[in-house]
Amino acid sequence: MAIKIRIPTPLRAVTNGADMVEVQAGTVDEALKHLCGQFTGMEKRLYKQPGELNRFVNIYVNDEDIRFLNNLQTPIKDGDDVSVVPAIAGG
Amino acid sequence: MSYVLGLKCRECGEKYPQKGVHVCEVCFGPLEVQYDYAAMRGKVTRESIESKPRNLWRYRDLLPIDGEPKAGLYSGWTPLRRAHNLEKVLGVKELYIKDDSANYPTWSYKERVVSVAITKAIELGYDTVGCASTGNLANSVAAHAAVAGLKAFVMIPHDLEQGKVLGSLIFGPTMVRIQGNYDDVNRLCSEIADKYKWAIVNVNLRPFYTEGAKTFGFEVAEQLGWQLPKHTVCPTAGGTILPKIYKAYQEFIDLGLVADNQPKIYSAQAAGCNPVVEAIRAGHDLIKPQKPKTIAKSIAIGNPADGFYVVQAVKQSGGWGEDATDAEIVDAIKLLARTEGTWTEPAGGTTLAATIKLINSGRIPRDESICVCITGNGLKTVEVVVDQLEPPTSIPPKLDAFDALMATYKAQQAKAPAKVPASV
Repeated sequence: MAIKIRIPTPLRAVTNGADMVEVQAGTVDEALKHLCGQFTGMEKRLYKQPGELNRFVNIYVNDEDIRFLNNLQTPIKDGDDVSVVPAIAGG
Repeated sequence: MSYVLGLKCRECGEKYPQKGVHVCEVCFGPLEVQYDYAAMRGKVTRESIESKPRNLWRYRDLLPIDGEPKAGLYSGWTPLRRAHNLEKVLGVKELYIKDDSANYPTWSYKERVVSVAITKAIELGYDTVGCASTGNLANSVAAHAAVAGLKAFVMIPHDLEQGKVLGSLIFGPTMVRIQGNYDDVNRLCSEIADKYKWAIVNVNLRPFYTEGAKTFGFEVAEQLGWQLPKHTVCPTAGGTILPKIYKAYQEFIDLGLVADNQPKIYSAQAAGCNPVVEAIRAGHDLIKPQKPKTIAKSIAIGNPADGFYVVQAVKQSGGWGEDATDAEIVDAIKLLARTEGTWTEPAGGTTLAATIKLINSGRIPRDESICVCITGNGLKTVEVVVDQLEPPTSIPPKLDAFDALMATYKAQQAKAPAKVPASV
């Protein structure tokens, strides 16, 4: 088992087309850091600076926005689903 | 003939050609259409605009299409009305209602964004369109797609008003009710847009779609006799329309079509879903998402994608933000109907209620021009007023019975003179 990170289309150029990447991690921040370690160019797409995501990056853990949880420090465990989702206009 | 140069990231400046892409591949920022404003000078004039038909495409030089419009040929050019009765009730000098509850064919401001998005979808070669919607957008996408002969998939939260649901189904789209709130629908649509090669109007066509909202502001300026209201109050959900009205004002100023009166713009939200107003009040541009809880379902978006740009436009203009409780929203819906004959949905009630509070708190001076943006129609949301109105009296078809009723009516009138809602 591992943490599954779902990759949206705009980031697949960086992941060589992969739409899902598996990592081992205890928090969201760790998971994303592993992702950034694996793929060149990922870090500047996700992070404004260490510990702070870019304004338009939304991260979900099992369907819950991490801003309703513990932000980047949200704990995660094997089998959890982490999604990276860009912001969308209203409707 | 088009003045469009391409797309550019609002955050990092990365440039892209016109295509179905909505976020910057470098920083995830939203993409914005770039125009050649220098080439417009002397060509895009009051006269050139006035010579075109009275629909939203009279501003096509400032919209991102390459060929002829393919949708919305009868949309836009909604009434901008001086609201004399409301002026008296509120004690203000000059108040206007820009009334998109009368926007054809599905009675909301969404005709503006959808007309542009559907035209663009056809230009880019899509045969299927879709949207994530709180109702109005789905209605508009379904109707315009039917006319254009495109397949439509509209995704909505599961708990919408019946009028909003039927208002889409009648046009024959595939409608999917998602078991979650709008933010859940939104997120799913982002993933659908990734997987299926559809034009989801507010996802991968977002840069083009949002530009259509400018026509609301263009019309206000032209209909006011080529001048801008000093104060514009606008509802905020995902944050599309407010920054685009402000952009429309600025484009007209830059092109010399209106004088720069330093217009101020104000954001109105329901108290049960006010992440943008909270950020404005707190003086920061970080939007903290919320779980919406309000009768104003069309603006119940807890994670507004363009909330940051609403805060920026409000701040830059010197405006402010205000929210309204569900009770205040219903009172304002009734007030607008009973003074100006316009029945709006809760989003419009929110905007009027917020306007009243901004006037009463002194944020908006009583002696300057004010424009209230009404973006949707009350006939779609009968649920919010059905228990708030006095039911009609039933009598037999006899004059005696009517006389008796009139006696009661006169006695009541003598006791209680015409009243103004408590929130005013």
